[in-house]
Formats: sequence, C-alpha cells, structure tokens
Amino acid sequence: MSAPTKTRTPNTAELPGTRVELGIDEPLHLDCGAPLGPFTVAYQTYGRLNEAKSNAILVCHALTGDQFLAGDHPVTGKLGWWDVMVGPGKALDTGRYFVIGCNFLGGCMGTVGPAEINPATDKPYGLDFPVITIGDMVKAQKLLIDHLGIGRLFCVIGGSMGGMQALDWAVRYPERVFTAVPIATAARTSTQNIAFHEVGRQAIMADPDWCGGNYLLEGKRPHRGLAVARMGAHITYLSETALHRKFGRNLQDRKDVTYGFEADFQVESYLRHQGLTFVDRFDANTYLIITRAMDYFDLAEEHGGGVLAETFQGTEVRFCLISFTSDWMFPTAESRELVHALNAAAANVSFVEIESDQGHDSFLLDIPEYHKILSGFLAGAADHQVRCGAKAPSADE
Amino acid sequence: MNETPGRDGRPGGPPSAGAGEIRADLRLVADLVAPGTRVLDVGCGDGALLQFLTNSKEIDGRGLEIRQERVNASVSRGLSVVQGNAETDLRNYPSQAFDYVILSQTLQAIHDPRGVLEELLRIGKHAIVSFTNFGYWRFRLHLAYSGRMPVTDSKDHEWFDTPNIHLCTIRDFVTLCDALDITVERCFSVRRGGQTRRVRPSSALANLIGEQAVVLLGRE
Repeated sequence: MSAPTKTRTPNTAELPGTRVELGIDEPLHLDCGAPLGPFTVAYQTYGRLNEAKSNAILVCHALTGDQFLAGDHPVTGKLGWWDVMVGPGKALDTGRYFVIGCNFLGGCMGTVGPAEINPATDKPYGLDFPVITIGDMVKAQKLLIDHLGIGRLFCVIGGSMGGMQALDWAVRYPERVFTAVPIATAARTSTQNIAFHEVGRQAIMADPDWCGGNYLLEGKRPHRGLAVARMGAHITYLSETALHRKFGRNLQDRKDVTYGFEADFQVESYLRHQGLTFVDRFDANTYLIITRAMDYFDLAEEHGGGVLAETFQGTEVRFCLISFTSDWMFPTAESRELVHALNAAAANVSFVEIESDQGHDSFLLDIPEYHKILSGFLAGAADHQVRCGAKAPSADE
Repeated sequence: MNETPGRDGRPGGPPSAGAGEIRADLRLVADLVAPGTRVLDVGCGDGALLQFLTNSKEIDGRGLEIRQERVNASVSRGLSVVQGNAETDLRNYPSQAFDYVILSQTLQAIHDPRGVLEELLRIGKHAIVSFTNFGYWRFRLHLAYSGRMPVTDSKDHEWFDTPNIHLCTIRDFVTLCDALDITVERCFSVRRGGQTRRVRPSSALANLIGEQAVVLLGRE
C-alpha cells in the first residue's frame, strides 16, 4: 500500500460551525461511571427554528459521519454525507424544518473525543477518554437541545448507528420526541457486527504506530491499521451485487495480473483508496471508542429488562422504520423485530422496506421512493402535530 | 375468475372513488366507526379507508398491509402503516388495544380465516369485516347454468391461480361466527348498484340479493 497523503486529521478548532460548552453546572454522568464535563459539542444547523420551536429535526450521524450534513464539507471538500436528503425542497426540507447535525460524543469533528485535549493533563485524551455508550451520546445531545431551547424535537432521525441514537432518544426522552425515524438499524448490535468491529479494532491496535493508543504524543499515526479497519468495514456497507456491478473482476490500469500483490483488481484499488482517504479525516482511537459504544448497544437490556416490547410501553412517539432489501449488516429482520415490539406496545409505527441492491449504504443514497416516503411521513406527522396543538414541553422540563 | 372486489382499485375491484369520495362498501365500513376511536385496518391497501377515517372521524389509525408498494403509498401519504402479514403478525398486537379492527375485502385471501377472526376480536373491542357474498343470486345462477365457478369481475385470475382461496356466503360466515361465539352486532348487504341495507344476519333474502356483506362483530 502506498504511503498516506500528507493531510492530517483537521484541527477541529478551525472548523466552521458552532461549538458549545456543555455540562458546566453539572457534569454528564457516563454509563461507565465517570463524570464528563465541561465538554464541547460541535454542531451545524440548516433552515430556521420557527417561533413555536416545533420544527426541529435532529439528525444523528453514523459511525464515521459528522455534523456536516449538507453543502460543502470543510474537510473532505465533498458534499456533506446527507446532502441528498437535507436542503430546500428535499425530504428534510430546510424551507420547512430546522435541521440540526451534531458531532456525537467521542467524535473527532469538534465534539470532545479521544483526539481532543484533556484539560486535566493538557494532553490529548487518547485512551484515557472514557468508553462511552450510545446512551451517553444521546444524553449529551439532549443537553445541546436544552441549550437550543427546544422543548420537543419534531423528529430524531438517523441511519445505522444514528438509528440507534434515534431509538435511544425515543425511549430515554419520549416526552422530548414527537417522531423517531430509525433507518437501517437494530435494537441491538448483532454478534456478526461485534465481530466485524473487533477485526477493525485489532487492525488498528496491531499497527506499531498506534503506540498503545499514545500515537498523538509520539507524533505518529496508525494509518495502516486504521485504513485496514476501514477497508474491512466498507465491505460490510455494500452488497455483493453492488460490488460485482461496480468492479466485476476487472483489472486496475493493466491488461494482465502481475503475479504480485499490487492492486491488480479494481476492487482492491477502490478499497485502498477508501482506506487512505479515511485516515485523513478520522482518528484511530475514536474509531476504537465508538465501535465499542455500538457493541454495547442493547435497547431491551438497558430499558426493558431484556424484553424489547417493554421498552416501548405507553410510548406516544410516532415511529417510522425503514430498511433496505440488500442490507446484510442491518437486515430487514432486525427492523421487523422492532416493529413487532412496537406493535406489542400498540405504538404508532410505520415500517417500509425499500428495494435496493446497494447494501447498508442505501440509507445514504438518493433513492426516490425512500425520499418520497420519508417526506410523506414527516408531512403527515407535522399535520398531526398541528392537530394535537403542538403542546410541546419546555426545554427545562 | 373468482376475483372479488379489491381495495383501492386493486385489479377486479370497483373503480376507486374520486377525491373526497369513497366506495360504497368502504363508506359503510366507515359509518360503523365512532369518531375519535383507535382503529387498526388489516389489509389496508393504499390506505384510502384509513385516510378517509382520519380526515372525517379523527381516528387514531394504524394499518397492516402485506404488499410493499401499497405500504409505501400509505406511508407516503402520512398514514401509520407497517408491512406485514395478517396471518403471522396480528399475534404481536396486545389484547383490546383497538376499538375497531377492520378486515375489508381481505378475508377471502386468508389461509386461516377462523384464526384471524379470533385475533381480530382479541385485539379489538369490535371487528368490522367486509367480504363478497357467494350466495349472491348471479353467482348461484352462473354456477347453475355455466357449470363454471362464478366470475365476479373478470380478468387476471383463473380458479387455479387466484389468491382468493376462502370464499363464503353470508350464511357461511354467520355460521362460523356462531361456532366461535362471536356476536354479529350488525349486518349490511351491498347490492351491485351500491345500495346498502341493514339486514338480519340469518336472512335468506339478504344472502341472495347482497353482492357484498359488511358485518360488525363483537364478543359478549
């Protein structure tokens, strides 16, 4: 593999967007027992918050996403990860809704995480950063929503790990959420996904440049390990059909195989590129911490005494679950399990499975039917909100 | 062959009503629902009835529909509908969670109508079931004279490939309800022209002249 490019993980203090100091009066009590605070959360907003503060949508990002949902991304130079979804006239219509993107706790785009400076030591946290959970991320986001003075979010939405946060929001703070849209997600992380995460983590830790987690102090970067972690994970986001259609067994810029270990095949070249561009924008310890957060996620265990239906008892949140036919990382069966549990609680739930051969990453893509359903669901929920008189609780409730 | 009127312009069904209107049998179903109640529509098609009930009676409505494209259409219009199978998924719903559970023009395609009827009245305080009455005189005549299975509306399905596997008459249906200790609270017939009339469930005449039946069920 060729050497990584010169770029370094961005200096997050120079990123555009808004940062806020939270947990000042009282620290955030993490699930692991440690207190955290004060701490910084970085976020971006799109559209305008209406006077009644009843049009706010919180977008929870996935494993390697961030707060830059739409428009030009200040680090990658590409469009934000959900530009197809967020904007004027799009499903999350910024002419109508106030859309909030927030870098989750432990992230590396400005919110406190392992790459940020620990005020207690004046050095990067590294692996001193506590092992956090999806619930901790949601508790931090809730402080942000309090800070913004929003009593009840019109919608919490997210795909994959973002969907887990949306679920946790709906269960943890049901009175603060009008609708929840968990996409391509599950009530808990499957054995298979824990297994893939472990492979990624071991790849990072096997890189000598990881330095036992102290690479920032040692002036090194475990680029190779992190790139391999990304390459492996990237395969799980796609599907065999999509990979085959895109690359087949085609060779990369050559007529014959080289009888060596250069990237002979296009698919190898593609994965190497994915790995290399990823290390420019992502921190290795962050990757360890947040895959761990995802492993620990088990909604029923945490909120329902092991019974998923119990977690939703009496909920008034309106749910819309969406899955994709070719997603083998979060297969439809996992969404259906959630639907059954929600039905058992007589909850208000919609569930659709979208036809797509693009695998788990479908949730990021411009699939017209998917967008139409989402925008229809939100419009219907907004009508309903008006009918119920939008009796939103205030932010300090 | 054996094509019973479907929901929302399903092949073989009566043409969908225009905006603000609704088919006669659906209108009859809707009339049986009290305003502001909780309603589950099993086999809700593209959600026309749910939409009508939401707009006209402000119900808290949910739908279950097996065909994905119809679920998508329903959710796109803002209705709360899940993709699922009535025969396997009704068991997930808690007992007595709804005021009405509606099974409109779906009974004939169900493998276990008896099990599903039991589930409807476990989940709902009332059930509203509508179906095509195969005791209708035209069907009887058709069988008598042509020696072939009745054709209700035509086109796609022969007897051997129809999804409609459990066809019954009003009398058959009432007999099953009796056997299951289910009370037929009200029974209506719908004639071919759309005229509706309340009838005694045991009426031989209704079983002869009603092409469709709509019944309100409950348990003592």
